[in-house]
Amino acid sequence: MTDVINELAGIAAGSPLDKARDNRAEAKKHAQTSYDSLFSAKDFGAFPAQERWAVAAFVAALHGRPETVDYYAVKLKDAGGSPELQVALQSEAVTAHAHGPYGHYPSGPLSRENSEGLKYAVTISARHALGRRLTAAFEHVHMLVYHPRDARPDTLKAMLDAGWSTTDVVTLSQLVSFLAFQIRVVAGLIAMQGNTK
Amino acid sequence: MSEKTLSPAGHTEPVVFTRDMLDWLPWLEPVAEIALTARQKESLIDAARSKSDYFRLLARDPDILEARTRTDKDIFYNPTAGAPRADRELAAAATSRLNGCIYCASVHARHAAVYGKREADVDRLLDQGISADLGDERWNAVVAASAALTAIPIDFGPENVERLRKAGYDELAILDIINAASFFNWANRLMLSLGEPAVQK
Repeated sequence: MTDVINELAGIAAGSPLDKARDNRAEAKKHAQTSYDSLFSAKDFGAFPAQERWAVAAFVAALHGRPETVDYYAVKLKDAGGSPELQVALQSEAVTAHAHGPYGHYPSGPLSRENSEGLKYAVTISARHALGRRLTAAFEHVHMLVYHPRDARPDTLKAMLDAGWSTTDVVTLSQLVSFLAFQIRVVAGLIAMQGNTK
Repeated sequence: MSEKTLSPAGHTEPVVFTRDMLDWLPWLEPVAEIALTARQKESLIDAARSKSDYFRLLARDPDILEARTRTDKDIFYNPTAGAPRADRELAAAATSRLNGCIYCASVHARHAAVYGKREADVDRLLDQGISADLGDERWNAVVAASAALTAIPIDFGPENVERLRKAGYDELAILDIINAASFFNWANRLMLSLGEPAVQK
C-alpha cells in the first residue's frame, strides 16, 4: 500500500523505522488518508486537481526541502500544469522566500514579540500565468506558511473575492496545513536516519 | 453566491498566552448544526463536536476533517509506548507558542501542566517563549526539537534526534515528539487563519 510519507523519507516498507511508525498505526494510516482525500478525492468539486497540485507545489517550494519540492513539482507537471504555470511558480517561490514563523500579536504585552517579514504579493509578470484564483491562493498560502498569526478576516475575503467558495477555502486551508505537517514529519524521519537532507 | 466573511464583535481578545479556557470565533460560516449531513456528523467523530463552530466549519470538507481527527487522536491519546502524554502535549504547546496560536497553546498548555503536574514550568514556556528553561533537559530538548521543526526553513536535524536520545527518549518517543510538533503545524494554521480566540465570559 502506498505511504507517501515513507516514500518521501526514503523508508522501505517493513524496515525498522517503518515498523516503529506502526506504534502509531492509526496516525500513519490517516496521514495517508488525509493525503488521499485532498489529492485523490472522488469529487474535487470546484477546486480542481490541477489547482490542488499547483498549491501543493508552491507550499513545498516555500519549505525548500528537496525531497518534497521535486515530488510536488512532478505531480503538477503530470496533472497538466502548463510550462508557463510551472515557470511562474518556480520564480515566485524565489521571490516569496522568507524565514518564519513571524508576524504580529494583538496589541498588548506580546507586541514586543512582533516580528516583521515579507508581505508577499504575486509579481505582475506571474499574474497572467497563475490567473485570478491562484494569484489569491498563492498570497494566502504565503501567509499560512510563513506568518499564520497575521491572518485576519480580510485575508479570507481576498480569497472569496477571487472566486473561491467558503467550502473550497476550508479545503485549501486543510491542504496547506496538512502539507506543513507532512513536510515536517518527513524532515523528522530523514533526521532519524542520520541524514540532514 | 452569498459567501462572505464573518466579523465577530462584542468579545475580548486575549493578549497574552494563558492556560485559561478560551472561546474560538469563526471568520467563515460553519455548517448550521441542524443542516449537518450524516457524513458531516460522522466526520466529527465525537458527537459533542456538533456544538463547536470550529468543527462545524471544518465539516464543510468531511473527508479531510475525519482523517485529520483520527491522525490527531492517535498521536496524542494512544497510550502504547512512546513519549509520555505530557511530553507530547508539551511539544504541541511549544509549537503553538512559536507559531503564535494563543488558542491552541491554551488547550495544550493545560494538558501538559495537568498530565506532567508541572504548572510553573508550563507557565514559563507561555510567559517567556521557547527559550525558557523548563528546569530539566528532557523538557528543554522537547521544546528545542519542536521549535526546530516549526521554523521555516525547517531547522530540525540529526543533532535534535541525538539530543532527545541523550535526554532519555527512545525511538518510539522521538517519533511521538516529531509527530506532535508536526501535527500542531497543521492545527495552528487552521485555528489561526479561520477564526480568532476570545476570552470566555
